[in-house]
Amino acid sequence: MVAQPVRALVAGHGTFAAGIISAVEQITGLGGLFAPLSNTDLGAGDIRTMIAEALDRTGARVVFTDLPAGSCTMAVRRLVRERPGLMLVTGVNLSLLLDFAMQPAEPVEAARTAVERARSAIAVHEG
Amino acid sequence: MSIALYRIDDRLIHGQVVVGWGQPLDLGFIVLVDDDVAASEWEQELYRMAVPPEMAVHFLTVAEAATRLHEFEQLPRRGIVLTGSVETMGRLIRAGHGQVRTVNVGGVHHATGRAARLRYVFLTPDEAQGLQAMADAGVDVTAQDVPTARIVPLDELLHASPDA
Repeated sequence: MVAQPVRALVAGHGTFAAGIISAVEQITGLGGLFAPLSNTDLGAGDIRTMIAEALDRTGARVVFTDLPAGSCTMAVRRLVRERPGLMLVTGVNLSLLLDFAMQPAEPVEAARTAVERARSAIAVHEG
Repeated sequence: MSIALYRIDDRLIHGQVVVGWGQPLDLGFIVLVDDDVAASEWEQELYRMAVPPEMAVHFLTVAEAATRLHEFEQLPRRGIVLTGSVETMGRLIRAGHGQVRTVNVGGVHHATGRAARLRYVFLTPDEAQGLQAMADAGVDVTAQDVPTARIVPLDELLHASPDA
């Protein structure tokens, strides 16, 4: 993965973040735009600290999480309250991250656009 | 039995509870017992938004919960009672005067002063003693993070190492 400035964090259960970022890397070569975080074996306070430190370290202002009820989401919602300008996007999928990665717009605006487009990526095809 | 689980989990409402336990148990309600959350509208809103609309959430102090456990037991759908610490569950047990008969240790994560017992359970000596006191009072205490995981009896939990 080529070193790139991190534009967003991806936080979730197990190896979800690393896995979905690896898919972005495979498709676009832009996996380095994201930093993966996992809540595995961490309590609520430690999850919040881990994400806060990653935000400070990378300067990211967008955090994608996997599950609306997940502990990463809860932690980021607390951080959103404390940090004006921080954006949380829950229920992330691969289409959303790909769209975000391919946009030149600044991260918060890119995330807004990517969310709208990614909604249509979930479809049902029945035989 | 409408209260399907009395659970100690320092993440309170999160994925394991809402999805991992909530779907197989077909939970209709969650009782979150925490004096601080019960006093904070913002905290309550934070947790309420993490729960699907068909699931009711009650935010109660330990004293309030102890007086309403019988009421929750009569509800037609199953529910879960959550505390964020061993200490809070211990207080609920004592205030409930025998209504709490089983306790699930679902997640007590690493913190200063705690020793690893399982991958998802770390305990201070006081917390280990608190769990033993529950068992001594006749409560069946076990550890299990998700429904598909092995149920770990208290005796084993108190002597476990994280690699076990």
